[in-house]
Amino acid sequence: MSGYLAGVLAIFCINLIFAYGIFVTAAAGQINLGGAGFQAIGAYAAGWLAGQAGLPIAASIMTAALITALVGLLISFPALRTRGVYMVLATFAFGEVVAGFLLHTDVFGGAMGMVVPLHVDLWVLVLAATFVTLLMFFLMATRLGLAMRAINDDEDASVVMGVNVRAVQVAAFTIGGALTGLSGALYALNFGFVEAQYFNALLSIYVLLYVLIGGTQTAWGPLAGTVFFTMLPELFRVGGSARYLIFGIVIVLMMALRPEGIVTRALISRLSPRRLFATGGARGN
Amino acid sequence: MLLEVANLDVRYGRNHAVKGLNLSVAADELVTVLGSNGAGKTSLLRAIQGLTPCASGTIRFAGEDITRLSPPERLRRNLVLVPEGRQIVIGLTVHENLQMGAYCRADAAVQQDVDAIYDRFPNLAARRKMPASVLSGGEQQMLAIGRALLARPKLMMLDEPSLGLSPLLVERLFELIAGLRNEGLAILLVEQNTHMALEVASRGLVMELGGVVLEGAADLLRDDERLAAAYLGGH
Repeated sequence: MSGYLAGVLAIFCINLIFAYGIFVTAAAGQINLGGAGFQAIGAYAAGWLAGQAGLPIAASIMTAALITALVGLLISFPALRTRGVYMVLATFAFGEVVAGFLLHTDVFGGAMGMVVPLHVDLWVLVLAATFVTLLMFFLMATRLGLAMRAINDDEDASVVMGVNVRAVQVAAFTIGGALTGLSGALYALNFGFVEAQYFNALLSIYVLLYVLIGGTQTAWGPLAGTVFFTMLPELFRVGGSARYLIFGIVIVLMMALRPEGIVTRALISRLSPRRLFATGGARGN
Repeated sequence: MLLEVANLDVRYGRNHAVKGLNLSVAADELVTVLGSNGAGKTSLLRAIQGLTPCASGTIRFAGEDITRLSPPERLRRNLVLVPEGRQIVIGLTVHENLQMGAYCRADAAVQQDVDAIYDRFPNLAARRKMPASVLSGGEQQMLAIGRALLARPKLMMLDEPSLGLSPLLVERLFELIAGLRNEGLAILLVEQNTHMALEVASRGLVMELGGVVLEGAADLLRDDERLAAAYLGGH
């Protein structure tokens, strides 16, 4: 595999896990615009634990994911007190605080960034991304996944059915924290270098776009969104700086023409093999 | 008595929605609560389900004080509300909506009960994989009742189930409600359709401004001119 292709695939795997981390909360009706902050914590934690503290790579990655899960859990309580645009602002502020803290902390290299001397290979990233994808499909089919979708669709009705909305949303934030942290840990250990400036607001916005453009109704959404956003800029690379213009136009058109995202539940059921091959008469089974 | 509500008060800020209300429903009884808009009927049902906190008073269900229990805890005790406007989750499929009805159950008989609901409502069975948004108003009401039945209710509370249905569908809805009553399910029915409600109920009470102004056997209430007066807002 060429170095270029391997690089695109590595970024794709990291972005996919990152996107699922944001998707979990979005699927339960919560917008997290602090993704970069969570990813930064995961990246610095794993980089520091493996590089400075001398922990084995696997242990560093898992500890990093645990730390961000805990951060997600703790952040969910103040964040869930806010709603709608205020929640977006609260999580956005969290991301900025994390980046600012890392930028001014000498243990982590400050503005110079931190070199991570250890390395994980591409196959680990591919394996992790595959595992997370399958896990998310499984999660969305569980009772928790059903409750998340019900809350996203109609919070009042979910309460009537006995769903503990707060508990489900806290769980979503915690799982989301673990996944975004995992993506950060893999980023640090694959690229070998982290700097606070990388984890900026634009990164949080991009990953949220993957999820919202891809669709929040099914686990296919982040997959479609990440493929779309990782591949499209690469395909337009031949167009020089005009690619950003084309890219922007595509996003605006998507928002206008398909606000529910690329993949919706209706699309899935239309594309399901049973529908495609059914000769009729078996409707509803 | 299966349900006993004593001196119940519900307040939203300055609005005193339910004032010192007393109500009881026996295990095999259908009681209807009547009254004009804003009389406090919906607040009463939501407070009994635990969706709205009660300011004072007690709610006892199946011999147990449930006044401070959460909605899921009340659902697990088989007390279930079919809310006003049905509140079907339109983004979920018909089948998933039924699964949500059993959300608080942990037993293994859920699938069997879902099948029983499909037997009862063949229209829902035919659309089980479709999003609930494609259902007609009548089918949505069937789904709301089917979903509630999956909580294995001892008492089902229905909040204006006939709202927005055609006269023919209202007729069928009340046949269904009467059927459930005959199967031994206790029902607390809030209705605007006084005539139909008193037809299926054994007892009724009339609410006005958060309190009970009139109560008694259904056949006596039907002819009581004070019932009409309550709706017109006079005395």
